Amino acid sequence: MSHAQEKNAVKRHPGLMVLIGVVFAAVAAMLAAPVKPVILWTDALIYLLITTLVLFFTYVRSKEHLRAPWRQVMQRPLAMVALIVLSVYVLVGVLDSIHFRKALPAPKTSVQNTLTETHYSVEVLSVLDVLFGPIREQVEKSYSAPLAVQLFTKDMVEQADGSTLRMYPRLEYGGRHLDDPASQHQTDIMQRIVHAAVQAIVLWLLILVLWVATLSWKYKTGFGLLLRQILAGKTLLPWRSVFITLGVFVFLAMLIVELGVAYHLLGTDKVGNDVLYLSIKSIRTGLVIGTLTTLIMLPFAVLLGIMAGHFRGWIDDAIQYIYTTLNSIPGVLLIAAAILSVDLYISNNQEFFETVVERADVRLLFLCIILGITSWTGLCRLLRGETLKLRELDYIQAATAFGASNTKIISRHILPNVMHIVLIAVVLDFSGLVLAEAVLSYVGVGVDPSMASWGNMINSARLEMAREPVVWWSLLAAFWFMFLLVLAANIFADAVRDAFDPRVGRGIA
Amino acid sequence: MLAYILRRTLYAIPILIGVNLLTFWLFFVVNSPEDMARMQLGQKRVTPEAIEKWKKERGYDKPLLFNAEAQGMGSVVDTIFFEKSVRLFVFDFGSADDGRDIAYDIRQRMVPSLALAIPVFLVGLLLNITIALIIAFFRATYIDYMGVIISVMLMSISALFYIIGGQFLVSKILHLVPISGYEGGWSAIKFLILPVIVGVVGGIGSGTRWFRTIFLEEINKDYVRTARAKGLAERVVLFKHVLKNAMIPILTGVVVTIPLLFMGSLITESFFGIPGLGSYTIDAIRAQDFAIVRAMVFLGSVLYIIGLLLTDLSYTLVDPRVRLS
Repeated sequence: MSHAQEKNAVKRHPGLMVLIGVVFAAVAAMLAAPVKPVILWTDALIYLLITTLVLFFTYVRSKEHLRAPWRQVMQRPLAMVALIVLSVYVLVGVLDSIHFRKALPAPKTSVQNTLTETHYSVEVLSVLDVLFGPIREQVEKSYSAPLAVQLFTKDMVEQADGSTLRMYPRLEYGGRHLDDPASQHQTDIMQRIVHAAVQAIVLWLLILVLWVATLSWKYKTGFGLLLRQILAGKTLLPWRSVFITLGVFVFLAMLIVELGVAYHLLGTDKVGNDVLYLSIKSIRTGLVIGTLTTLIMLPFAVLLGIMAGHFRGWIDDAIQYIYTTLNSIPGVLLIAAAILSVDLYISNNQEFFETVVERADVRLLFLCIILGITSWTGLCRLLRGETLKLRELDYIQAATAFGASNTKIISRHILPNVMHIVLIAVVLDFSGLVLAEAVLSYVGVGVDPSMASWGNMINSARLEMAREPVVWWSLLAAFWFMFLLVLAANIFADAVRDAFDPRVGRGIA
Repeated sequence: MLAYILRRTLYAIPILIGVNLLTFWLFFVVNSPEDMARMQLGQKRVTPEAIEKWKKERGYDKPLLFNAEAQGMGSVVDTIFFEKSVRLFVFDFGSADDGRDIAYDIRQRMVPSLALAIPVFLVGLLLNITIALIIAFFRATYIDYMGVIISVMLMSISALFYIIGGQFLVSKILHLVPISGYEGGWSAIKFLILPVIVGVVGGIGSGTRWFRTIFLEEINKDYVRTARAKGLAERVVLFKHVLKNAMIPILTGVVVTIPLLFMGSLITESFFGIPGLGSYTIDAIRAQDFAIVRAMVFLGSVLYIIGLLLTDLSYTLVDPRVRLS
């Protein structure tokens, strides 16, 4: 894309403007507040990924032949619902990727010396942490069931008269506002649910009216007519499904606001952390592994695959040798071997890392790189095969006959014609990688134990299955959060494949 | 045929050398034996003597690649690379950190691993192909649609949850079989039945979907239309024509996994306490026993290469057009 075109793109596409605006606003806010922005390695890559995606879709929007398959994806109600679920996850993940360190209050002794430099807390926070402030800070002593007002285990509690009694102690935060839990607990929960529902409905109606108004203005259709068509599900894009999904998410958000702060909506874990907060924090970890792995491996897979197919001869032999060798090592073992080495390196070089979060982040990045190394071979082989097929086609033979250079042939003729394979592979890989994180954390070669991830949640909760009665909420929370993401990703990937794969079109799907 | 097998075996040698160099680099160059000793013995309060002793016990006190002090062949042979990496080629795995012979342990643990992996593989394969054929039979109907949705949902569940769910439901609530453990001989069945069921159920989602795609791709081909046109029943078309012709893509995906069954399944064995090679590997990773991990990496790549060879050979069984030369 030339410079002039790029400028044009900015003018034509409000999405890009909004992104630039958000970045500037964030930088300004950071500079104004007494915080020190921290850009972790994975944060930087996430920003890069988002920029790439925005540019990609800006480009796609401007080309009709590229828009057509995406429109086909959007017209499927199920794919659209999946897209919204994914967007919500991505939003949470992005909010959790803007990190900073708060300034510590200046020590008393340095009052006269105003030039002392400010010290910053070693605790790295994200915007999401700030939004979840109370939920994050309300740490109990140990396990408590969802919405409980008491701990899950009995403990010695000192009574008012000085004697001790073995009982279930009240929670420090969960249900603190209740004077007599026995009589008020259930009505309070009911009231809060009703509140949440009412607020959600009001908010949802507001969104609905604004959205439909915008649409009716854009398509020059009457508001009432459009609304009736949407409710009947007769629109081209499945707006009805969109609004229903949005409604569910608005309700869930309201439920968190109403119940999550006063109680522990999904209970607490062994050290008393809120399970809901942990599950939501895990979203970033899952997304990072699912997306950055692909981002890292993609250039290698594409370049090597096309080169092997295009040049053949010894280049092909060398590339085939590399991927057969890598492929022949069982994936988990290669990851384990590499992660053990990285672990050893990190523990021998502690001084490089200022905070725990930074150390965990480097490990996460390495995990992505290693997962990338083990997973690029499949795509590479596919691209090699496709390129071998393409290079025999007439138009490429013609290009060769006209004396076009190899670079030109690859970039202008081959690359655009294998892009659909790349795209399908990327979306199909995502869900597998999210699932792999859980298994790797179980094996002990996943993300850092200090980092919130579904794998770590499952791993620590698994031992509690032997408990009587069972501590089930951590597992169930991890299960649902993960299931929803992977299911949405799978459904979306299916829709993308159906729209882009020329072979599937003839089938039933 | 024999010449072909021989040549393919020769091809395997550079690959195994590559694997060997890669693991050597990961385990001895990225981190020196010194670092390893430090981690095993604890980061602080470790004397240089203790490190030297730890290295000597395991033979890590030698030079990495070239021994300047030794004479003749000794300068190449008396090194870590030769002792720890080259010896793998003759399946001399050395001993683990606790002094046990790795090759002996692998032979011992192969039986429980296979007792679990083979039933899962066979039952899973049969079940998945059957379900996929049924779905293909009802293609473009409501049954097909539901089948796809259900298999997408099944494959969206982490393998860990199949195991945890199975243990919770069958062992803890219904008390049908023990939660975990293992015994030799026939009494192993009561320990194996749940892991096998869990393994099969966990694979249905992705398996069925994969086979369905293969079958649907075949179903749209001309020879199927011809078969229908000459009046064959749909059942015969599916089982006799489509299934046979779908064998090539099926074998490509399936045969390569057969030798890898030896490696056992990592998480299932570890959750159910089955003393196979999978739990052996996991325990080694957790205890950071690099000798075992190296041995398993080598074994895994050998098995994978055998799998590739078997795949090529299996083509001759199902497709008379394939000639190996």
